[in-house]
Amino acid sequence: MDFLFRARKKISKFLKAFFSKRQSRIGIYGPPNAGKTTLANRIVRDWTGDALGPVSEIPHETRRARRKEGIVITGNNGGSITIDIVDTPGVTTKIDYKEFIEYGMEKDEAVKRAREATEGVAEAMHWLREDINGVIYMLDSTLDPFMQVNIMMVGIIESRKLPVIIVANKIDLPDAAPQRIKSAFPQHPVISISGLEGDNVEELYEKMVEYFG
Amino acid sequence: MMEKIRLILDDVMEGNIVVLEKGLAPEEQSKLIEITMREITPDGFAGIEMETYPAKEKPGFLDRLLGKSSPTRLTVIGPADQLKTIKKEKDFITAWVSSR
Repeated sequence: MDFLFRARKKISKFLKAFFSKRQSRIGIYGPPNAGKTTLANRIVRDWTGDALGPVSEIPHETRRARRKEGIVITGNNGGSITIDIVDTPGVTTKIDYKEFIEYGMEKDEAVKRAREATEGVAEAMHWLREDINGVIYMLDSTLDPFMQVNIMMVGIIESRKLPVIIVANKIDLPDAAPQRIKSAFPQHPVISISGLEGDNVEELYEKMVEYFG
Repeated sequence: MMEKIRLILDDVMEGNIVVLEKGLAPEEQSKLIEITMREITPDGFAGIEMETYPAKEKPGFLDRLLGKSSPTRLTVIGPADQLKTIKKEKDFITAWVSSR
C-alpha cells in the first residue's frame, strides 16, 4: 500500500511539473533613483494588495534584491501571466559613501549604506546572469538615457537574450522627455509611465502579459 | 575571462587608466561591475568610470549573416574618483584626470 501511495505521489508530481506553466522571474533593473521600488510596490499592490519595500530620494534605498512570488497579472483580453517580481538595487559602476553624507547622513551610517549597496549591486549582476527570465529596465525620463551604464546594461541583457521592456518613468514631471528614451532604444518596446501617480501603468501590464507570457 | 577582468581591475585600482582596443564583451562587463563592487572600500577604491566607443567599421557581410556584431570597440576604464570626463573626437581621446 505504501509503495502504491508513493508511486501515485511521484506520478502526480511529475505530471504537475510537466503540465504547469513555468513561472517567469522578472527583474526590475535600472540606475539608482529611476523609480524601481515605486513600480515594484505598485505592481505588487495592484495585483496582491501588499507592498515590497520602502522608497527614498537618497540613492541606493534598495540595497538587497527583494522579491514577491506568484503575482498573477491579467490583461484586457483575458490572458494572464504568473510572475515573480525581483526589485533590484540601482546598478552603477561606482559608490562613494561621501555622496550619502551630502544628504545629511552620519559617516558610520553612510559607510554602512555604501557597503550594503555594493553587495546589493554585485548580487543583482550575478542574478541577471543566473536567475532572471525577463527584465523591466527602468529609466528616469527627465535624464539623459545615453548614460554609459544604461547602454552597458541593455547590452548585457540583450546578450543574455532576455525579453526586455524599457519603462520611461516619471512622465508626471515637467522635464520628462520619454521620446528621447524611445529613440535611444528603438529595438525594444518602450512604455511611458508615472510609477508614482499610476499614469499609464495599465499599458505596461498589457505589454507584460504579451511580452513575458 | 576572470584573469582579464582581474588584470584590468588591478591596474585601475593602482590609479591607471586602461584603454582596451577591442572593448569588453557584455558578459565581461557584467563580471567587471560585480567584481568592482566587491573591491570598493570606504576612503579607498570608489569604483570605476567606464566609457565605450563604437567601432568605425561596420560588420562585414559574413558577420551580419552569422548575426555577429562587430566586437571592435574602444573602451576606456579608470578609477571613478580620478577620471572625470572622457571625450573622443575622431582619433583623439581627452580625459580630465584629478590627482589624489
